[in-house]
Amino acid sequence: MDLGPHAAFIWASYAAVAVVLAGLVAWLVFDGWRQGQALADLEAQGVTRRSTSKDAGT
Amino acid sequence: MQTLAQRLANPTRFMELSGALLPWVSATAAVLIAYAMYLAFFVAPPDYQQGETVKIMFIHVPSAWLATMGYGLIAASSFGLLVFRHPLADVSAKAAAPIGAVFTLLALITGSLWGKPMWGTYWVWDARLTSVLILFFLYLGLIALRSSIEDEALAGKLTAVLGLVGVAILPVVKFSVDWWNTLHQGASVLRLGGSTIHPDLLIPLLVSALGFTVLFIALHLKAMRNEILRRRVKALTLAAVARSHGASVTAAAE
Repeated sequence: MDLGPHAAFIWASYAAVAVVLAGLVAWLVFDGWRQGQALADLEAQGVTRRSTSKDAGT
Repeated sequence: MQTLAQRLANPTRFMELSGALLPWVSATAAVLIAYAMYLAFFVAPPDYQQGETVKIMFIHVPSAWLATMGYGLIAASSFGLLVFRHPLADVSAKAAAPIGAVFTLLALITGSLWGKPMWGTYWVWDARLTSVLILFFLYLGLIALRSSIEDEALAGKLTAVLGLVGVAILPVVKFSVDWWNTLHQGASVLRLGGSTIHPDLLIPLLVSALGFTVLFIALHLKAMRNEILRRRVKALTLAAVARSHGASVTAAAE
């Protein structure tokens, strides 16, 4: 594919978009996984929202 | 009778709905962007003046549109928090800030890489470029302000006020090319009298803009889900600490 004399600028633009957006997606996926793990750990310890309200009521 | 907004205000219902929607929205974004890239590289002709460099337009223009749309979303969410106290409004505003900042950064980077071969310079302090840079700093300011305040509710309110005040930058960004003499070209897609771009270039651009917009929606949904989970983790951690503190107080009393 011949993109002419300014091909480096075109490829650099698309590479920047791909790398930055891939980083954003990876960060969001990792963050969601981390929060899910933390929530699962708390629930494994018996700390749930229902138990919290039950505790508060007693 | 509940309105749609009231029904969606429940975070648990939002998690159910967004969990079902997210894979479809993400897949739609991927297909649209892949099709846009095919159109950009294999169908769209070179511009009669810019040559192949016009291909940068297919990613620069959607990034710039989403930079302003992201801030508009923050402003609308801030309004929803301050006026209607919508439970998800603050979550939405917080989730949109880093995504909007990323698209603003991409608009600046791709614009700079487009400017060098076309204008002979990576950067010039003209009204459009400078106002977009200020928009980027506004995003960073919102993120910094929120992270500097520990009280989540107070941070949400103060950030919402700044978000609403900062919305004044949007018309400046949009009309800067009309109000001042800028190196950046004037509006060529969304303008009175119709687009000045040939359909061979306009259609790939619109497909790309649609694809990146759907991607923004997917990213925002995911970021909102993460934020709701983060708040649940925080609330449960506090409850666990309070419970263990209560148990130790009881043990000490015994």
